[in-house]
Amino acid sequence: MVDVRSGIGEAVPPAEVEDVELYHPHSWWTRYVFSQDAKVIAIQYAMTAIAIGMVALVLSWLMRLQLGFPDTFTFIDAERYYQFITMHGMIMVIYLLTALFLGGFGNYLIPLMVGARDMVFPYANMLSYWIYLVAVLVLVASFFAPGGPTGAGWTLYPPQAILSNTPGGKDWGIILMLSSLIIFIIGFTMGGLNYVVTVLQGRARGMTLMRMPLTVWGIVTATVMALLAFPALFVACVMMLFDRLLGTSFFMPAIAEMGEQLQYGGGSPILFQHLFWFFGHPEVYIVALPAFGIVSDLISTHARKNIFGYRMMVWAIVVIGGLSMVVWAHHMYVSGMNPYFGFFFATTTLIIAVPTAIKVYNWVLTLWRGNIHLTLPMLFALAFIVTFVNGGLTGLFLGNVVVDVPLSDTMFVVAHFHMVMGVAPILVIFGAIYHWYPKITGRMLNEALGQLHFWITFLGSYAIFFPMHYVGLVGVPRRYHDLGEAAFVPESVHSLNAFISVAALIVGAAQIVFLFNLVWSLRHGREAGGNPWRATTLEWQTPETPPPHGNWGKELPVVYRWAYDYSVPGAPEDFIPQNQPAPGRVSHEAAS
Amino acid sequence: MTVVLVFLAVIAVIIAWWLAQQRLASKPWLEVGHLHDHRSVEPVPAAKIGLAVFLAVVGALFTLFISAYFMRMASSDWSPLPLPRFLWINTGILALSSVTLHWAKLEAERQNDEAARTSLLVAFAAGLAFLVGQLFAWRALSSAGYLLTSSPANSFFYMLTAMHGLHIVGGLAALGRVTLRTWDAPIDHRSRLAIGLCATYWHFMLAVWLVLFALFSGWANDVVDLCRQLLT
Repeated sequence: MVDVRSGIGEAVPPAEVEDVELYHPHSWWTRYVFSQDAKVIAIQYAMTAIAIGMVALVLSWLMRLQLGFPDTFTFIDAERYYQFITMHGMIMVIYLLTALFLGGFGNYLIPLMVGARDMVFPYANMLSYWIYLVAVLVLVASFFAPGGPTGAGWTLYPPQAILSNTPGGKDWGIILMLSSLIIFIIGFTMGGLNYVVTVLQGRARGMTLMRMPLTVWGIVTATVMALLAFPALFVACVMMLFDRLLGTSFFMPAIAEMGEQLQYGGGSPILFQHLFWFFGHPEVYIVALPAFGIVSDLISTHARKNIFGYRMMVWAIVVIGGLSMVVWAHHMYVSGMNPYFGFFFATTTLIIAVPTAIKVYNWVLTLWRGNIHLTLPMLFALAFIVTFVNGGLTGLFLGNVVVDVPLSDTMFVVAHFHMVMGVAPILVIFGAIYHWYPKITGRMLNEALGQLHFWITFLGSYAIFFPMHYVGLVGVPRRYHDLGEAAFVPESVHSLNAFISVAALIVGAAQIVFLFNLVWSLRHGREAGGNPWRATTLEWQTPETPPPHGNWGKELPVVYRWAYDYSVPGAPEDFIPQNQPAPGRVSHEAAS
Repeated sequence: MTVVLVFLAVIAVIIAWWLAQQRLASKPWLEVGHLHDHRSVEPVPAAKIGLAVFLAVVGALFTLFISAYFMRMASSDWSPLPLPRFLWINTGILALSSVTLHWAKLEAERQNDEAARTSLLVAFAAGLAFLVGQLFAWRALSSAGYLLTSSPANSFFYMLTAMHGLHIVGGLAALGRVTLRTWDAPIDHRSRLAIGLCATYWHFMLAVWLVLFALFSGWANDVVDLCRQLLT
């Protein structure tokens, strides 16, 4: 043992961290509705995100019904189908995943895990949620607007996004969509400032960066990326709104529609693609990095073993965050770009596989000879690793220009990104909810219902997305309402499509079990106590569960060790909380 | 998109520089005890860091707009618009506003409350005058026939000045709040911090305006051309 200079164990008063001046709520309204408490805001974010996510789930059912059983459901015409596709994608990526990981888990976990009383700017944090809610409501409003929501595809590519033959293109749909995104970004910026500055300035005494749980590392790196990437979407949305409402030609080339020359001219649709994917690719990692972080903590806690290669994990998160800002054009291989650019972006894309693979190896090595408890969070974490490896490997195919060109815009791409950024992060979200629900409510979620939910969701999503790879390899294009009588589509594809649709219906229905569990366990769950998983991180060491306003009672915690002291040889228990002082001079002498 | 890549590189260097001081190569599993926390006793106020992060976001926003400007400029229908001479005066007013705000900050630190209040008010008025001046510039251009949709350069001019103006409006709201707070109360530690933050924001918005102004007047193109020649 080297470098153990300061095993001195006396508790020291928490002096260095500036205590946040908390606004203490006085009424029911300020306590539960217009609350400035990050924990309440987190729950508000999570409930709103899950609610709008259910809408997107139903939309995916409708799409699958059409694909699996064409000509059966007459109300799903081509126009509606495009609207369902667009809204499903947009809601899932931005309003569910981004909001839930950063707004939900970020708000709940950052202050608790770094030992702060609250976020550093509680008022802006509250505004962040309410602006997010407005964005969601504007989005929902587009379902009821004349002409319905936009059907431009979640990428909203111009010129088609604002032409009259695209659903919502000349009606309210696209306007509401763009406005909702702009509002979302404004709200997110307020929250994002909080997450970053809280990690920078709000950490408890002793909580150095290298003692932070990987969850915090993942969330804060993702937030930094989001703060830099979302402005690109903002710029794209503002400019497209100008094109649509005021008749400018930022993105619109000279174009004739229904035999009529439109007033646009000279604009560049490729410019939009650059702006969109400058945001769009980091967005994948904005969702993935928090998932990486959370999964590291779940695996370490439930395998009762310290995370393997903690430093490497931290560096990998930072490197992935940096690299993913310079790979955006791999979504544009077929846009006619300079082949040298294609080569550059293919290289950066494939390099990302290196830190990502390091993370996967480290998760597996953490499990190696660990004391694995197959609890619900652990099951979901294991399922994540498998799913992420699957989705990641197809990503290596698609990252190569020559392989991507024939596969572009086929169902293969759909299967790939659903595996890697749909199913995988959602599995982490479930695992995280099973893991932290006891802290949030004080009760455990029901185990039997959880098992049912896990196995249907896990196996079911493979039943959905594995066959879809094959469908894509055959050449079936994505975004087609009806395949018709295409000669290259064999009969087996139709049977597979029906199979996939049935699987999707079942998996979707299984989520009702989960929602029921969330509500039922609130009253009937087993009492959890303060630290049911016997975890080391600070959020499990709060004096009360659920943690009250201000989190820590009278005194802030002081941190003496890193977040992964599991199964330390010689320790009385198989975990040592981060705020437990070293056992005094004895260990000091023993160590030196 | 080169402009935004340069911006990202700058941000990356700042982040790397900061991370380099955080002992990322330490072995946390060997270090037990609280003495490994080397943060200074007097932490930087969170609001200051918050503003810095926010300015990075605003910087990203305008850099992306400028990237879009250069990409759109490459198409054949581009024709630059003549800038009204008015904009020179506006630039002067904004610079004046920025300078007086800085002066207010210095006076507040010297505890000359009266002088600080006066210069806050002058800065606020100058900020307002800048906005009015921008509206006049818009009117001068549109009455001369340079409408929003008549050329992409016009569209960018109106959009970017509007975007910048909105940020100035937000700054004025914050500045107004600080001015009101300091009006009938002695300037305490919190107000001094707030005045300092307003000054930083104002300098930043002045810098953004100078870049935009250089862009519209075409000097930025010369600089970019020069860089391109140097690189190739």
